[in-house]
Amino acid sequence: MKIGVLLKQVPASDARIKIADPSTGIDTADIKWEINPYDEYALEAALQLKDAKQASSVVVLTVGGADADQRIRDALARGADAAVRLDDPAFEGSDCLGIARILAAAAKAEGVELLLAGKQAIDGDNAQVPGMVAELLGWGNISVVDKLEFADGTVKAWRASGGGARDVVEASLPLVITCDKGLNEPRYASLKGIMMAKRKKIAVKGAADLGLDPSTVGAAAALVVEDNWSLPPERPAGRILEGDDATRVKELVRLLRDEAKVI
Amino acid sequence: MLDLFYDDTHRALRDSAAAWVDRHIAPHAAAWEEAGWFPEDLHRAAGDAGLLGVTCPEALGGAGGDVFHGLIVAEALIGGGSVGVAMGLGSHAIALPPILALGSAEQQARFVPPVLSGDKVAALAITEPAAGSDVAGIRTRAVRDGDSYVINGAKTFITSGLRADLVTVAVRTGGDPDDPKRRHEGISLVVVEKGTPGFHTGRALAKMGWWASDTAELFFEDCRVPADNLLGGEGMGFVGIMANFVGERLLLAASAVATARLALDDTLAFVGQRRAFGRPLHGFQVTRHRLAEMAGREAAARAFVSTVAERARRGEDVAADVAMAKNIAAEACAYVCDAAVQLHGGMGYMRECRVERLFRDQRLYAIGGGTTEIMNEVIWRRGLEPIV
Repeated sequence: MKIGVLLKQVPASDARIKIADPSTGIDTADIKWEINPYDEYALEAALQLKDAKQASSVVVLTVGGADADQRIRDALARGADAAVRLDDPAFEGSDCLGIARILAAAAKAEGVELLLAGKQAIDGDNAQVPGMVAELLGWGNISVVDKLEFADGTVKAWRASGGGARDVVEASLPLVITCDKGLNEPRYASLKGIMMAKRKKIAVKGAADLGLDPSTVGAAAALVVEDNWSLPPERPAGRILEGDDATRVKELVRLLRDEAKVI
Repeated sequence: MLDLFYDDTHRALRDSAAAWVDRHIAPHAAAWEEAGWFPEDLHRAAGDAGLLGVTCPEALGGAGGDVFHGLIVAEALIGGGSVGVAMGLGSHAIALPPILALGSAEQQARFVPPVLSGDKVAALAITEPAAGSDVAGIRTRAVRDGDSYVINGAKTFITSGLRADLVTVAVRTGGDPDDPKRRHEGISLVVVEKGTPGFHTGRALAKMGWWASDTAELFFEDCRVPADNLLGGEGMGFVGIMANFVGERLLLAASAVATARLALDDTLAFVGQRRAFGRPLHGFQVTRHRLAEMAGREAAARAFVSTVAERARRGEDVAADVAMAKNIAAEACAYVCDAAVQLHGGMGYMRECRVERLFRDQRLYAIGGGTTEIMNEVIWRRGLEPIV
């Protein structure tokens, strides 16, 4: 079984985000990039399946420019066997569906049977792409998985379904699974892995290589247009309630009910 | 170190080592320092992550890295905030080079891989109650008896001495410490394994700093080790000990620079938060100038240590330079940590404050791995005497 891992580079979680131009997006000049943290769980899950000899190889699939190569190299250094970076002027301005079309075509071209991805990327926080990929491929999709067992082509996956309840899902390949925190503890690249990754090549593929109709991706095909970027409003300062416990608890309950409207 | 000398593999290792340290050490550093210990399984975790012995040959479980790869890991470990943990995890870096320099292929295959995987802990034991930098003064004796050596004597100040599963021990197989003509003869190195009858560890020594690393006395009472554990032959000890000089001094120099950086970063954060007389501390010129001085000394030490490391990588003789690097780095670190405590004011004297700990931890950089005075002797003999 060959596993594909959908990997996206995102601004580091502690990066200070600035808006470059409200119509185009964030200023990427001083941004430090990292592998989307949820994708690290996906990669680790794939590598563990390979370590356990349940997968033959792991290929990383990334939509992005050459600036993503460093993150892809990191994944190769951790143990992924191969990587395909999907890069084509026709991909510019793709929305989630466009990205999903690219990735679905790449997954098909690579002949993978299982796709692992993070449950969402921490930049856009859309949590849409993996589900769309599954739909486009006609595969099943199990999302937000925090425990995974795999035997003889059958997957057993555990996921939180809210209110403390847990779903246990059994499914067979081919599948798209999205991974949540807690699934595993991602490894880091060792020097040995880093040296070995130098010998691995990152394949770059465009629409023609994938047999993808360019008019179905990119800005022209986008159903979602992001054209007015702004930073979230600053959080108002916290309030400290005065008085004895009885007074403060009463006031807290009143504020939660009347102002925050959460109870 | 300066990334001027780095290639992509160095940068990638720097990032992944820092990420590992952020997860496995940083959250626990303060607690482990207070406890004077760190968990047994940390060696295994570091071994699994490939962080032990990155410069050792691949065939023995290392990564075949160069001197900068080694220094990058040392620097990253200090970045976890516990010099004691960094040094405890790093004791193999002085215990193994003599084995690599003198040991037979069979000895290397037996002793090295389990240390690099983190399954075993290695330590180096040279210093004795009455002999430190003066190695020719050691009195621990190993006497050949059939297929064994019988060792009698004591060692002290041994980093990782309590945990060590194997100890590279300097012994005397000949010569006489009290005879000026014969005291340099018969210094040998032998590997002693935990559990060998007659090998005992004493108490954990209480120290000024490096609390999380265990430092121990070792005792040998008719301790019988296989003659196969002798490294390189009788009288070869100085060769093995010298195998450490460049590497150990560079590691300590890089660790001192990294410690200075931590103290500087903590101070930069503090002076922005702490207010006095209606403004943050860095609103005062006297504070800003002190920070500039700290930053300058750290940068100069970093640059010099990096340059010496690069020359070592090129195979140049850097005996005198590496001694200078250790002294310069130790002095810069001492200045920066002292200034860091001063700028933190009363908070800098509190155990809950990291610079209080770094101030204590840095003191050993001018002592361990050869004192500043010994380094100065090396600088004279190897660097200056030949040209006067």
